[in-house]
Amino acid sequence: MSALASAKDRLAAVRPKGRISPWWILIGLAAALFLLSVLQLVTGADDLASSGTIRATLIATVPIALAGLGGLWSERSGVVNIGLEGMMILGTFGAGFFGYHYGPWVGVLGAIAMGAIGGLIHAVATVLFGVDHIISGVAINIIALGATQYLAALAFSGLPGGGQTQSPTLRDVNSITIGPLSDALGDIEGSGIFFVSELAAGLRALVTELSLLVLLALLLFVLTYFVLWRTAFGLRLRSCGESPAAAETLGVNVYRYKFIAVLVSGGLAGLGGGFLALVASSNYRDGQTGGRGYIGLAAMIFGNWRPGGLLAGSGLFGYTETLGLRRGGESVHALLLLIAALLVIVAIWQWRRLRHVSAGVSAVIALGAAALYYSTDAVPGDFTRMAPYVTTLLVLAFASQRLRMPAADGQIYRRGTAG
Amino acid sequence: MTPRMTRIALGIAAPVLALVAAFLITSLVLLIAGDPVGEVWSTILSVPATRNIANIINSATVLYISGLAVAVGFRMNLFNIGVDGQYRIAAFAAAFVAGEAWLPGYLNTLLAVVAAILVGAAWAGIAGVLRARRGVSEVISTIMLNAISTYLVAYLLRQAAVQEQGSNIIATREIPEGSRIPGFSLSDQAGTTVYGFVFIAILLGIGYWVMLNRTRFGFDLRATGRSEPAAIASGIDTKRMIIYTMLISGGIAGLVGLPILFGAAYSYGSTFQSGLGFAGIAIALLGRNHPIGIALGALLFAFLDEQSNPLQILVDVAPDIVKITQGIIVLTVVIAYEVVRRYGLRIEQRQVAQALERPAGEKSEVSA
Repeated sequence: MSALASAKDRLAAVRPKGRISPWWILIGLAAALFLLSVLQLVTGADDLASSGTIRATLIATVPIALAGLGGLWSERSGVVNIGLEGMMILGTFGAGFFGYHYGPWVGVLGAIAMGAIGGLIHAVATVLFGVDHIISGVAINIIALGATQYLAALAFSGLPGGGQTQSPTLRDVNSITIGPLSDALGDIEGSGIFFVSELAAGLRALVTELSLLVLLALLLFVLTYFVLWRTAFGLRLRSCGESPAAAETLGVNVYRYKFIAVLVSGGLAGLGGGFLALVASSNYRDGQTGGRGYIGLAAMIFGNWRPGGLLAGSGLFGYTETLGLRRGGESVHALLLLIAALLVIVAIWQWRRLRHVSAGVSAVIALGAAALYYSTDAVPGDFTRMAPYVTTLLVLAFASQRLRMPAADGQIYRRGTAG
Repeated sequence: MTPRMTRIALGIAAPVLALVAAFLITSLVLLIAGDPVGEVWSTILSVPATRNIANIINSATVLYISGLAVAVGFRMNLFNIGVDGQYRIAAFAAAFVAGEAWLPGYLNTLLAVVAAILVGAAWAGIAGVLRARRGVSEVISTIMLNAISTYLVAYLLRQAAVQEQGSNIIATREIPEGSRIPGFSLSDQAGTTVYGFVFIAILLGIGYWVMLNRTRFGFDLRATGRSEPAAIASGIDTKRMIIYTMLISGGIAGLVGLPILFGAAYSYGSTFQSGLGFAGIAIALLGRNHPIGIALGALLFAFLDEQSNPLQILVDVAPDIVKITQGIIVLTVVIAYEVVRRYGLRIEQRQVAQALERPAGEKSEVSA
């Protein structure tokens, strides 16, 4: 009886942690935008929150977010998926091949299908044959890279504009522009009123040339949340990731759920790759994914294996990636000031909680960032591009104790071992 | 068959089974794509010329060191995916030190090699400390460190490099002739020079074996890899073991680029070979973390790479087809070992059951 009560207590204590409701995301977005407006006012780096930057951020965020969503499905069922990168690569080829021959929307389906093939290999290896998840993932990354290079040489050589390492130009999927609204918001953005201008820029990015695939990606997030956390199917799937033995004793077909999850995972990562080929650029190119599968995985861990947190993490990565491309030196230089200010707050907070060592570390880093801000004019491009990875490493180093992955994540489960 | 012979036969059966499966799957891919299967294999499996043999030994040397670096981690259940970043940043450091030539002759070489080991170890050590002290998965942290090292090296290269005249390739200062590691030729023909570093690689393999099997540290390492709770119970400081193992793995990884640096390239430029770390993972798996197995795996991968080069010219097939083969080998090897292990277990059980039945002369309950 007491054991049950304490288990309940523990559940109650665990539940609210790491949860981000949709409202918090909106409030967080508004807060981020507000901070950026302040920063623009203080530093004069006016490309931090322009509608161009925000639109580019959306485009950069979606592939990472889709890969991360793929990781979420897979890891919630207990299968670690390092192979996301390979599945994305397969997706870029699928979009290139089917998109060129049959039009962009078939290209989207082709990307999903190619990614799902990668997922199938991963599922067969890890679930049926009990191969270590990371080994299988590494193998899939090797196979996918070789296979796409081989197939691309076969499929695109000799086509107009195509070659061994790239496909011909692909048609884009449809996008929406609400003309009058876009123009009106453009006027407000140009007015330069503090915060209002930035808010208008954000809204304008949403109504100007918004790709339907971006909408689809957002929809998939909502759908994932609903399916995994609000249906019996999702509960069973997640139970395979928490305790497959317990799930099996309750009659859940663990192998089947893991198979479905990993297949969906591959399809989502493939869609992310397809997005890169169809929307973010205009053709398939060798090496197009550039490690975004790994970043997606990092974003998922950053987001504590939850869709909301994952989306926030992907947004952070997408934003830093965008700044790296658009007048990055100046923008990231301005961000140094923000980092310094935030770290000072963290240091004060930690000091009050009597964590003097970590408060000291935060304060020193804050001082360093501020010194760097006042002593330089721009951050070199290499460091700008390094920023997302360093951020992930820092987040993992300082928050890893707060993260909770599915209890049986990465463990090999063999049917019939439930006893 | 005696149990010992059975075990050896099963040990050989697994890699053979894996290679045959990989061969069949690759053939299937070629068939579906409509490429000439027979001609592809006859090109790849033809006898290599002396020049090709030298190339195979050279790239196998590099892959072997990479495989050893990964294998050290594997023996302790640590997944060092970061060999790729570690060897690139270490090779850059070595090239910079050797290019500056602060010391004369081979002292300069020695200093550069030590610098490479230290830098590689330090870079891997970050992941080790994060894992031991903060519980961060070394898989994720080394992936992040790989990306960071790419940009860091690119930045440092631009600071330290000298621009070659008339080209936009930038590289570190060239290593002076007295500090290069000489190779030896397989024949009188040009282009058949084998890296002198191959002997260092062999010594490294022996050292790896001795460290793991003949030292207290190696015992602790393997014990921690087999069962962490048991290791803790027997008084091993597993956290410290994690950091040490990552340092050793990174130190070996630091050597990966050096055969190329001191034997062929003589400088670190933006075109320095990348991706050797990921091949090392595959090779360590293929060789079951055993120094001789890793050597065979490295030779196999080098053989496939070298022999696939003329495919494009001879039979108009993209040489990338062997990457598919290599990736499939990684999967089939692991699966084959698992299948063979289960089969061997069943044989053993049957033998035990028979042995129990015979002397008693009555039916035994256990006849699995």
